[in-house]
Amino acid sequence: MRGAQLTDLLDNSPAGVTEALDVVDGFDQALVGGLSRLDAERTAALAALAGAVASTPLGSALAETVDKVAAGSVGDEHLLRLAGARTAMVGAVHDALREQADTALGRTRAQWPALTTAAGPVDGRLLAARSWLAELAITGWRNVDHDLVATSQQALHALLAEPTLRRAAVLLDGLAAELHHSSPVATMDRLPVRRWADLWARAMLLTSPESQPAAPEPVSGRLLILGADVHEHATAVQLQVHALLETNGEPTGDSAPRLVRVSVSAAKVDTIVGPVIWQLLAAHPVLLAALAGRLSLDVTDMPLHPSGDLVWHDGQARPGEPADPFAVARVQLGEALAPAVPPLDRHPVSIAEPVLLEGYTASSDDAGLSFDLDGTRIAVDVDRLPGCGPLTADLVAASTACLGLLRWDDGGWSVQPTGVQATVKRKKVAVHTGDWAQGPTDPKIAKAVARSGDTIAVLRERAGRLLRK
Amino acid sequence: MADGRLQGVVSSGSDIERVYVSSIAAGTHELSCRTNNNRPCGGLSNGVPCNHIALLAEEAIVQYGAEQVVRFLRFDPDMEITIGHQIVWMLDRNVQVAAVSPAAAVFSRFLRHLSYLELPGSVEALPELHWFPAGAVAR
Ligand SMILES: [Zn+2]
Repeated sequence: MRGAQLTDLLDNSPAGVTEALDVVDGFDQALVGGLSRLDAERTAALAALAGAVASTPLGSALAETVDKVAAGSVGDEHLLRLAGARTAMVGAVHDALREQADTALGRTRAQWPALTTAAGPVDGRLLAARSWLAELAITGWRNVDHDLVATSQQALHALLAEPTLRRAAVLLDGLAAELHHSSPVATMDRLPVRRWADLWARAMLLTSPESQPAAPEPVSGRLLILGADVHEHATAVQLQVHALLETNGEPTGDSAPRLVRVSVSAAKVDTIVGPVIWQLLAAHPVLLAALAGRLSLDVTDMPLHPSGDLVWHDGQARPGEPADPFAVARVQLGEALAPAVPPLDRHPVSIAEPVLLEGYTASSDDAGLSFDLDGTRIAVDVDRLPGCGPLTADLVAASTACLGLLRWDDGGWSVQPTGVQATVKRKKVAVHTGDWAQGPTDPKIAKAVARSGDTIAVLRERAGRLLRK
Repeated sequence: MADGRLQGVVSSGSDIERVYVSSIAAGTHELSCRTNNNRPCGGLSNGVPCNHIALLAEEAIVQYGAEQVVRFLRFDPDMEITIGHQIVWMLDRNVQVAAVSPAAAVFSRFLRHLSYLELPGSVEALPELHWFPAGAVAR
């Protein structure tokens, strides 16, 4: 990003975002006390949500829903509609922000293709999850206790057993664990009101099957890695690799490289944290070797979703030439074609746009670390630096160039670094999140990992014995 | 650390088919150690903690850090504790064996956890995990 682009981004916040989020916050407050006992203020907040979507296809159904809920009759279908209306509001906020970022970056984005398959029937396992989510909404966060959280377990088990329902399972598990640790919620000082409502609404919609666009198209070409991001809660870890795909003009006829994501994930237990987590992803050795060795990859017939998600098959990838992510970004990131965003993923949390920043001054104050680029400052989100990689806040503070993900959270833009160039002890170094993908290169950390490294093997062995008794 | 106890599952040193559920209660420091079949541990008696308790304390310090473990168990925060055996030495003089054992519940939770390690991985994106950045997990 150049200084002028950053100024464009920070100076032109889209109209209506604050107002839309106010409506969302009003609804979220209703979830705090529960939908079974709405006072006048909360009823008005629900009516405001219905008013905000009145001119959309949801309009009349939602007006009716709000009347029913206010009268004390709250069914799963009503809650699904409320979750849908909230999601539509947040989706509009997402679209405005995404457009603002694309304009500032000069990024071209593909259109979401027309839907081709109708939604199928609802899986019974999803209905079980939905009824737990409904119970939460009716009860209200304030009244959540261990017993209510525990009732999620049966639905969760059924979901986890079905690989095609993993999205819903992982989300439900993350929410349940968070509520478990917060229980009894009545004793908490401050609740993460918007966060829990975000998770609840997304989970609710995941219990309703989507209509799907056409099947992913097979692509072949050269994959140039920009950076890696890691997501993790107690029982799941996901590695997301942002990369450029050069397809020699096939199959779209477009010669610009495409921005894509590779996501590989594994189930885990909460005692497995830090650099050991790479071992959970060992089923993808070619991908991990490319990250650790900063290599390009040649992929053959790999399925690519219109969302930009490349479905990783390690056997269909071969390591290629070395490729420095900074060099790749300098030459090609500017012209890359960005993917479309699936309707359900239209939430500001999904904005994680690869960017390159250079020629800034890093400085730290009470508000945290920020980069100053030609007089414009952007916050640096060092809290999202994963513990499994070598990238630390200190390195970022000492950096002169940064590859990262542009994010938006609660009113502000920030950059989450995925790689930096810095001067350490008068030597220029480049450090990336994925550097330890084949194990830590720092001997001290490698020793600690080796000491606890058998944890996964021991637990797997125990699982093999104890679960089959 | 849950339900007022430091608790965990410890592999038996002698029998590969067996594990022990060991716990130390916060505050009272009552101990409990039973096998997965809910039989009491032979090594634990009033006055002497068993080896499993020592291993539990050791692992807790590796995982959570001494300071957090000491605070949770409500030992004197000024005590310099760096290894698990020091916790055992502090328990040593008047060990009480808990009358009620949490073993069954802890063991079933442990089994549920182990079952995660048998789930296949996924190569489809899980967009919801953007709400769970790895940085929020302790380094
Ligand atoms: Zn014992």
